[in-house]
Amino acid sequence: MSDALPAPDWAVLTVLLPLLGAALAFVAERQADRIGFAATTGVALSSVMLLLQVAGGAPYQQSIGGWAVPLGIALKADGLAALMLAMTGLVGLGVAAQALRTMASELPPARQGTAAPWAFWPLWLLLLGGLNALYLSADQFNLYVTLEIVSLAAVGLTALSGKPEAFTAAMRYLLVGFLASLLYLLGVALLYARYGVLDIGTAQSLLRPEPVAQLAMTVMLAGLALKSALFPLHFWLPPAHGNAAASASALLSALVVKASVYLVLRLWFDLFGPTGLATEAAGLLLGLLGAGAILWGSLQAVLAERLKLLVAYSTVAQVGYLFLALPLDGTERGLAWQGVAMLALAHAFAKSAMFLCCQIVQDRLGHDRIRALTSSAKLPRSTQLTLALAAISLIGLPPSGGFVGKWLLLQASLEGGFTLWTAVIMAGTLLSATAMFRVLVRFFAAQPDDPVEAEAPPPGITARLIDLVPFALAAVAILLGLVATWPLMVLQVGAGG
Amino acid sequence: MTAALWHALVGAGLFSLSLYHLIVAQDLLRRIIAVNLLGTGLFVILVALGYRGPDAPPDPVPHALVLTGIVVAVSATGLALALARRVHASGGRSEDV
Repeated sequence: MSDALPAPDWAVLTVLLPLLGAALAFVAERQADRIGFAATTGVALSSVMLLLQVAGGAPYQQSIGGWAVPLGIALKADGLAALMLAMTGLVGLGVAAQALRTMASELPPARQGTAAPWAFWPLWLLLLGGLNALYLSADQFNLYVTLEIVSLAAVGLTALSGKPEAFTAAMRYLLVGFLASLLYLLGVALLYARYGVLDIGTAQSLLRPEPVAQLAMTVMLAGLALKSALFPLHFWLPPAHGNAAASASALLSALVVKASVYLVLRLWFDLFGPTGLATEAAGLLLGLLGAGAILWGSLQAVLAERLKLLVAYSTVAQVGYLFLALPLDGTERGLAWQGVAMLALAHAFAKSAMFLCCQIVQDRLGHDRIRALTSSAKLPRSTQLTLALAAISLIGLPPSGGFVGKWLLLQASLEGGFTLWTAVIMAGTLLSATAMFRVLVRFFAAQPDDPVEAEAPPPGITARLIDLVPFALAAVAILLGLVATWPLMVLQVGAGG
Repeated sequence: MTAALWHALVGAGLFSLSLYHLIVAQDLLRRIIAVNLLGTGLFVILVALGYRGPDAPPDPVPHALVLTGIVVAVSATGLALALARRVHASGGRSEDV
């Protein structure tokens, strides 16, 4: 096979394709949707290929331009990064497929001062490129730049719906994101001043538990907690996710929040943990904030009046679970770390499915008030089923991916004898079940005086296929639980240190 | 006190003042300016960190970081100003943000 073409560098493609596509879609606005969807498909394919390659047992590593660390900047993908990349690619593909159809109808027609539907595509591709670069980066400053790309694109997506509330939410999101990135950058600057390195792998052997490094860790984690909407810094998330266009909400909730949480896990287990900076007290504090997020987010979801706001608050709670890995595992990757990775993956698929369903509910019923939901003929059965499947994974019922994640977290917490965390996980699960069943139970109530409306022309085959996209995403969230051993095996690739 | 330390302290001062202002200010434009100054404070700190003594050339890495940081800050500010106009045009109030 020596004369065969060399295999393409899939990781580099996941960053280059969206950036190129974003530029093209911006210039050729009439073709923006085609360019956007083609680029997304290419990225999804590349990220799956990279995942298969990494699953073969070898972490990916590349020095950009052939310049080795410490002079150059390294790209790396271990099992976790490869899984996050594939998650981003596949969820993105699903959301993009739905956006092909809905973007034109969901946004107001372009007027002076409002965004046109095509603007979704360059923003989404920019976001995709930023997210993928973030998962691949092993350099603290490069990570700052990717965080900013992700933030700016996400702000644009938030504002895209053109509603006054969306502008206000996007503005707040921008200020918060800006502040959070600068806090992170301050930490990077402090670490560079003391140790003279930016590469995470190199810094790992140099950092010592001393005041400068402790201050750096504090501001970096504070900035990332703000970006991840960790309780009580979550105030900006529900309005932003609740008022954006549905496709945008799906991307923001399923993918964007994951990026900063991923970075927290990466820094904690790769940089601060091995160097003795990540103390038990720091883990406990972050865990307590996570517990606050679980309880407060779930409670707000139970009380929410609108379906979209319920789904947004559920994200606040889900972020909380991800932070439980820090107190449960200490500084060594263990059961809780695996559980959190599974939860993050399952949440991305389930949450994007749920937000896309919100769109269908809004379209067909004209509102998303939970009290007024019924099993009306206007709402496709597949949408009702999808909401149920997504809820199963978000609550953590077997056999979903969410169940496996929570099971691992509970196991870590029981084995370690942590009564507090066990109680929090149980209480959060009960609350989120209450919130989700409030919605699902509406579908069992047939509305007796539902007027039989004039038969709408049956949708075409493409439209029907696109209606099935959220179902496919929710099905992946369930499937993840059935084939959980595979992602758990992939997670171990390159997780040694 | 060396010039570098002086710069770093001024940067830290700017950073803290702007952080305070970002949190308490009501007016949107003031907050956008505050977050900008916050970045500037950080950049002054970074420039000062590049100092390696009177006879050695400064470390170029922090300065390269500042350049990148300025590019990011300018784009974010542009976006913030554009959004602020939309917020006002759509009847939103600064206090709601």
